[in-house]
Amino acid sequence: MFELRNVEKRYPGVHVLKGVDLAIAPGEIIGLVGENGAGKSTLMKIIYGAVQPDAGSVLIDGAPVHFRSPRDAMKMGIGMVYQEQSLIPNLSVMENIFLGFEQQFVHLGVIQWRRMAQAARVQLRKVKLDIDPGMITSRLTFAQRQLVELAKVLALEERVEGHLVILLDEPTSVLSKDEIDLLFGLVRELRRRASFIFVSHRLDEIIALSDRIYVLKDGIVVDVLAAKDARVETIQKKMVGRDIALEYYRENRQVPFDAGRVLLELDHVVLPGRRHEVSLTLHAGEVLALVGVEGAGREGILRAIFGLKAPERGTIRIRGEAMRTFSASNSVAHGVGYIPRERKIEGIASGMNVYENMTLSQMGRYSRGGVLDIPAERALARDWIKRLSIKVPSEESDCGNLSGGNQQKVVLAKWRSGGSDIILLDHPTRGLDIGAKEDVYDMVRDMSADGVGVILVADTLEEAIGLSHTIAVIKDGEIRTWFNCQPGAKPSLYDLIHHMV
Amino acid sequence: MKHGLVMDNIRKWVPFLVLLVLVLFFAAVNPHFLSLRNFARIAVSSSPALMVAVGATFVILMGSIDLSMEGTVAVCAVVFAMLLNRLGGSLAHMGWLAIPGAMIAGGVLGAVNGLIHVRLRIPSFMASLSMGFVGVGLSLLMTGGNRILIGDPLFRSLLTVRIMSFPLMAYAALGGLLVAWFIQGRTTIGRNFYAIGGGEDLARASGLNVGRVRVIGFVLAGVFFALGAVLAVARLGIAETETGTGFMFLSITSVVVGGTALAGGSGGVWNTLVGVLIVNVIGNGMVVVGLPDYLQDGVLGLLVITAVYLSMDRRGLSFAR
Repeated sequence: MFELRNVEKRYPGVHVLKGVDLAIAPGEIIGLVGENGAGKSTLMKIIYGAVQPDAGSVLIDGAPVHFRSPRDAMKMGIGMVYQEQSLIPNLSVMENIFLGFEQQFVHLGVIQWRRMAQAARVQLRKVKLDIDPGMITSRLTFAQRQLVELAKVLALEERVEGHLVILLDEPTSVLSKDEIDLLFGLVRELRRRASFIFVSHRLDEIIALSDRIYVLKDGIVVDVLAAKDARVETIQKKMVGRDIALEYYRENRQVPFDAGRVLLELDHVVLPGRRHEVSLTLHAGEVLALVGVEGAGREGILRAIFGLKAPERGTIRIRGEAMRTFSASNSVAHGVGYIPRERKIEGIASGMNVYENMTLSQMGRYSRGGVLDIPAERALARDWIKRLSIKVPSEESDCGNLSGGNQQKVVLAKWRSGGSDIILLDHPTRGLDIGAKEDVYDMVRDMSADGVGVILVADTLEEAIGLSHTIAVIKDGEIRTWFNCQPGAKPSLYDLIHHMV
Repeated sequence: MKHGLVMDNIRKWVPFLVLLVLVLFFAAVNPHFLSLRNFARIAVSSSPALMVAVGATFVILMGSIDLSMEGTVAVCAVVFAMLLNRLGGSLAHMGWLAIPGAMIAGGVLGAVNGLIHVRLRIPSFMASLSMGFVGVGLSLLMTGGNRILIGDPLFRSLLTVRIMSFPLMAYAALGGLLVAWFIQGRTTIGRNFYAIGGGEDLARASGLNVGRVRVIGFVLAGVFFALGAVLAVARLGIAETETGTGFMFLSITSVVVGGTALAGGSGGVWNTLVGVLIVNVIGNGMVVVGLPDYLQDGVLGLLVITAVYLSMDRRGLSFAR
């Protein structure tokens, strides 16, 4: 019996898990569902030891345990099958299976490869994979690698006492139908050896495979359902739950966009690695949300518009002008601004101060013959600090020390002050607390009122619906359907999810 | 958060404190260390190194590294001496053109360096290290292995003429440092160095042409190497392939000990001044104190390791903080 009791986790500015209880009996398969940001991944990390809870306890058979690292958890029989695969591609299959546990095959300081191969074969048989354990991992198919990963976790069986708990993180996202059936058959067979925690966006699969389903929302387990009487619709309702207050997304401030002014046009654009054509039009003052599950291809479209990725075919037109070269500097010069998901990597230079960050994309305007006009930079920064009410001691503060919401505002000020009128927002509210989120929503409405076109990849569906004029539902890199999102006539979550999965 | 800020502030002043402690230490062991004459001696040995280290600072700020200084200094020294002697042998007439000539040579070598790094996508340490060897070979080819003597009294006045007991070359180096400071703090290119060193993805996502900035950084470094070469020639009155020897370890050590992070994005030319002084005070102090000079390299090596250790953000290494 593996148990979590009243587990809490906070990160600066966010309360991720608010007292979560969870229990898994031996041989049980439980499903874990929740929206992006509900706390699923943090919960998983606590279970497999990558993150330590701030409060609450982890119990195995009633006895409290403390995992300081995933290796500690593995020693107690908790294993993780990663979504992005964790096998080292240039090592052989058997080396991967016993990575970090080679000592058992060492005799007089030398690894006995034959014994390791034999042991690996035993593990591979458990997952019904008939391959040579000496094979280099990179030559396996994706599905085979996933099974090797599972075999690696099952190898814990011989090393630990008691029962195994295995986490499967989105294991089906890139598998074909046949491969999924194979995997599910295998998991069902393996229940006498282990219990499973199965995380997926595909609710039908969750219902098909699990015994019980935990629904996580805003860091709380809102319900635990028996899978046999669960239905996709009821789970969805519980996942999104709360009534959406109209003011929260500033819907009262939503005004129609200027349909006569086209800012950006994607005309039958095909992105590398995708088969489908994407066409869309962005008008002045429009907020266009791209929705879809993780990996559906929303980010790819953003990156193409920003010039980080060249389309294979089709044309991207900005204000009627067809783009020929694809680079960020070209897009910036054409008035495109990008507010990335990873603020620390692509948004904010943490060693630089507020005004340096704001003028980074437009230094040409604040310099003469390459010599900077620092007083003008400071004046600009002071102006925008006031306009966006950014909370900083002064324009000279280091951006690395600001809160997430204020960093977001600095990035926005960078683009808006440079006159960008096509703004790409990639998960703009990720990791922000409620107050900072509402500030971001206000910012979006302000931009809209100023005639800026916004393309939004939102953190949650509610956010996309609440903020946008238009929604494009994307699945497998293709725009499946469009929704008109005028206030009062907004589509429901269920309308969208129906097209997403 | 508060604690972190205090730590950051202390860390910023560590190199300066180290310099202070070193000076006090050597002065305590031998009072002669604390004389104007000795300080002038330190200034003479520091001046060429300062220019070379300042050049390297720009490249390191971008998160790249330039190891071509020994070759570049050798080529620039030889180019300078040959031009000077061919143009009449004195700075007073056409000979002054040798100085811009050497700077152009340094810039060209830097450009080749940068283009190899950026265009062929060869790591900067490998590209510049190889170019350094090419430079050494080139200078040998030009001199045939001979020394070129410079007798121009005007040029030699860089060493011989003293103002307030410091030779002119120290003021020249100070002037170079101020120019570098201006570039670092007041120009778009200086700001770009910090942006790229702080986060290349961010710089690219802000629309900067990262490749172009990199090449400019290497060109700038080459020009400062050339200034270092001219001062090195002024110091000895000789230009030869050997003129460049020793600058690589000396300048990289100085930059790192001064507190400019090897990962890029933080530090600057004032840090490098402190670093150059630390390295030269140790060199000079050990002679004054009477320790054998073969110990110097060992001490410098240990110093680099300490400096790199101190400059790394240990918090970033802890697992899943």
